[in-house]
Amino acid sequence: MVNAASSASIRRFFWPPAPISLIMAKAMPPLPIPNPDTESFWKGSARGQLLLQRCTSCSAYRHPPSPLCQECLSMDHEWVAAQGRGTVYSFVVVHQSLRGEAFHVPYVVAVIELAEGPHMLSNVEGSPIEKVAIGMPVQVFFERVNDEISLPKFKPVEV
Amino acid sequence: MGNIRGRYAIAGIGETEVGRRSEKSGTALGLQAAAAAIRDSGIDKNEIDGVITHQPRNNPQANCSALLSERLGICPAYINETSLSGSAAVAMVINAVAAIEAGLCTSVLCASAGGGQAPSREGRKHGVLATGWEDFLYPFGAVAAPIDYALAARRHMYEYGTTSRQFGAIAVACRRHASLNPNAQMRTPITIEDHQNSRMIADPFRLLDCSLVSAGEGAVVVTGAERAKDCPKPAAYVLGMGSSCRFGSAAYAKNLTTVAGKDASARAYRMAGLGPKDIDLAELYDCFTYTVLVTLEDYGFCPKGEGGRFVEGGRIELGGELPVNTHGGLLSQAHVGGILHVTEAVTQLRREAGARQVKDAEVAVVSGQCGQLGIHKTLLLAAGPN
Repeated sequence: MVNAASSASIRRFFWPPAPISLIMAKAMPPLPIPNPDTESFWKGSARGQLLLQRCTSCSAYRHPPSPLCQECLSMDHEWVAAQGRGTVYSFVVVHQSLRGEAFHVPYVVAVIELAEGPHMLSNVEGSPIEKVAIGMPVQVFFERVNDEISLPKFKPVEV
Repeated sequence: MGNIRGRYAIAGIGETEVGRRSEKSGTALGLQAAAAAIRDSGIDKNEIDGVITHQPRNNPQANCSALLSERLGICPAYINETSLSGSAAVAMVINAVAAIEAGLCTSVLCASAGGGQAPSREGRKHGVLATGWEDFLYPFGAVAAPIDYALAARRHMYEYGTTSRQFGAIAVACRRHASLNPNAQMRTPITIEDHQNSRMIADPFRLLDCSLVSAGEGAVVVTGAERAKDCPKPAAYVLGMGSSCRFGSAAYAKNLTTVAGKDASARAYRMAGLGPKDIDLAELYDCFTYTVLVTLEDYGFCPKGEGGRFVEGGRIELGGELPVNTHGGLLSQAHVGGILHVTEAVTQLRREAGARQVKDAEVAVVSGQCGQLGIHKTLLLAAGPN
């Protein structure tokens, strides 16, 4: 999905002159910036593991990462490797290029209901778009962006 | 707070011209609407002792209520601000009533402090992802409102068999109403086929499922019912108010087909002692067509899951059972944040809506909504205090 800076997008920002970093930012998807709450998740992804937070007080899973358990308000938690499986809860096929053409259209944005319970927003790839459906079983794969960031994405479960 | 049914009213409204863009600054538009609302109320500006503003999402400014007051040349006792994007208009009215009831002030201007320019409602910046849940949305291309709301719409289609053509009926109704409104951005009537032929944005949403990008502002003055009786124009009395927060982002919500409008409307109905059958017209926040559909269900105008059938056949158009968005809404009049739903309800209850007047309009419901369906405000207004 990463779109190299196209000549068109460079032309658009050529005048008025823009710093090269701005030109690049417009052409690249926004990337996560790990912080103390999220760095464990992104480190897991970088080594090919889908990690979920689990409350060590009440055992509830949660995602996205958060300092606090929504069920019991405990801050105690552990990071647990998820199965990496789930089903499509809902999805959208994006046809309109958004955010400076950082994403190639069409693409599928989907909410995955993980086997452990939490929902995870991601993309479904590796399937013809017209085959994507609510309830479809999917499994995680990781798309490497750089040394620090790999994005957890989903593809149909191989039968 | 005891039951405040009928004890407060909107005494003045102000609207600016709307359009795709404006030669005026956002500050100028905000002030124009604010001054119009004060004049319309007949209340001397120095008697306005409360000012509540909403923050432009793409350019939030600290203390913007004070800056607006300063530009209006008034020194209010009470100022406050809300950042609840699409809920802000109704939230300001609710907060105004609460502030007056608490004895903090007596007459409140609810207005925009301006600052929002050539709106890009979802912001333009990349790379400021370190604090929110954006890190778990934007990198996957969930970067704009149509995607989040379309996730919910898709879920409704799956659970209840709702169709794109039914979403189209909402777009058609709003456009028809806008065609009767001289202050509307899109006035050429459309058909369901036009909707079906409009380009796909975020499937299931087509272009005509999405609201407009607009410049313009609105404002209202809220005061006590007794004071309102002395005002030159008829007031719209607040019979019920309700709020709800179920979630802040659709992508991580557990239920996308029954949402915050359910609780907010239930609270407003209880306060007013009214139900859906008592309502003559509905001005429902319509950032996308689906937002209207789910709100109609959550408000009890039809059973859950039957919103698609409810909106068909002209039922929500003028002359139908429940006219919705008589001004054209965010879909066809203009998207200036939701305040024009409030001013339109007042205009209708005053019977000043001209070609788009709902006959015998006595009770109107107004919704404000944001947080991708997770945050909701309901206002029940009536032509009389009882």
